[in-house]
Amino acid sequence: MNSIAPQPPPPLFTGASDQRFVIALILLGGVYVVLIVAMLAADATFTSPGHLLRALQSPEIRHAIWLSLISCSLTSLLSLWVAVPIGYGMSRIRFRGQSLVDALLDIPIVLPPLVVGLSLLILFQTPPGRLIERIMPVTYAVPAVVLAQFTVAAAFAVRTMRATFDQINPRQEQVALTLGCSRSQAFWLVVLPEARRGVLTAATLAWARSLGEFGPILVFAGATRMRTEVMSTTVFLELSVGNLEAAVAVSLLMVIAAFTVLLVIRRFGAGQNWNRNC
Amino acid sequence: MIRVEHLSVRAGDFVLREAAFAVNRGEHAFLMGRTGSGKTTLLEAICGLRPVIAGRVLLDGREVTSSPPAQRGIGFVPQDAALFTHLTIREQLGFALAIRRRPADEIAARIAELAGWLSLQPLLDRRPFGLSGGEVQRVALGRALSFHPSVLCLDEPLSALDEDARAEMGELLRRVRELTGVTILHITHNRSEAERLGDRILILKDGRIHPAG
Repeated sequence: MNSIAPQPPPPLFTGASDQRFVIALILLGGVYVVLIVAMLAADATFTSPGHLLRALQSPEIRHAIWLSLISCSLTSLLSLWVAVPIGYGMSRIRFRGQSLVDALLDIPIVLPPLVVGLSLLILFQTPPGRLIERIMPVTYAVPAVVLAQFTVAAAFAVRTMRATFDQINPRQEQVALTLGCSRSQAFWLVVLPEARRGVLTAATLAWARSLGEFGPILVFAGATRMRTEVMSTTVFLELSVGNLEAAVAVSLLMVIAAFTVLLVIRRFGAGQNWNRNC
Repeated sequence: MIRVEHLSVRAGDFVLREAAFAVNRGEHAFLMGRTGSGKTTLLEAICGLRPVIAGRVLLDGREVTSSPPAQRGIGFVPQDAALFTHLTIREQLGFALAIRRRPADEIAARIAELAGWLSLQPLLDRRPFGLSGGEVQRVALGRALSFHPSVLCLDEPLSALDEDARAEMGELLRRVRELTGVTILHITHNRSEAERLGDRILILKDGRIHPAG
């Protein structure tokens, strides 16, 4: 179909049996929604503006917030840097061993976070790792924070970009080639602009994922105050010294940041499918 | 003109063998055959979008068998039109000339000319979302004609259109051919359309080309 088909109307639930069905859905699914809302409400009621203000006045916490914002943004860019070519290649090129590479790309998603951190720690004890350390200290330093975040976040960005390129009609690229484009022109002028929503979704997802990263950072970068401390490690450090108010205040800041990012993803991710119709 | 000699093309498990035919300069040839007979595969091979196993493709006497699609100078309209959703209709019509780094006034003049031929003036500043089937196909045709190709390859451009839009597009194709002298190779399932508009009908059956009879 070439024209844009109208959306089907939303289903109507009118009869008694329909209503019983909807009530069953609400009872079964509602438990989980209530759990999430209750958790957030508990955080919000436990803390007060005073706690938040005190947390924001602490130089250690301010440093952690800045390091989180900077490292997450850097990780987000680095994730796109690899996710766009990998996603495109996996979507468009068929090669021997592709399913193996596909499985490999999912490993950072399924591996326990502590194992990711431990693996990075061991990697930088090998001869190539030591060589890098001689040029630029990584382990227990800021680069380790970014690398730990990147290792996991990039896998999510790769998944998103792969799905995005899968949704883009390859015919558009082929038409671009017949119109005079080289492969790279077709990519830069047609494919990537068509994938713009997916790129934004991948970037925000990588950013949000990095913000919540804890295990690999703790193992690989440590939790040194004013040095490698990010917001997730702040929560851990404040909890470990019994300062529950500060831990909850920082948690709430993270919730607000994550919620904002999720709203951005929803906003940009919503329009991803309609380009298949043209 | 299009000349295909002993062309063999593979598409997955399907193999098109020893296809051979010629379409003279300015002719409108129709390629017919059952679904899955390899019509689109053949069109893709001519456009340079699918590698060939053996044989030759010549356009206006020039062998293009191993040339990249960009160097063949074929205007291609795929079945689903595949408009660029991030570009306005004006930008789609100017895309091929912009790639060729033609001056802005030449591009603007060509867009105006195509918009006139294809009645696209009211749509120029819109994006493809929300266009009717006929409008989508007219834009795809304009985009394919924009760089003055000597050959047009059309993959069932009328199949998704209603009766009125189909008749209108058929008339448009006839007028475009008169105006440009372009050679057209056109896939269709509609025999009466092929007989009404075409100079030549080619039937693809069992992986080989047969003249209609």
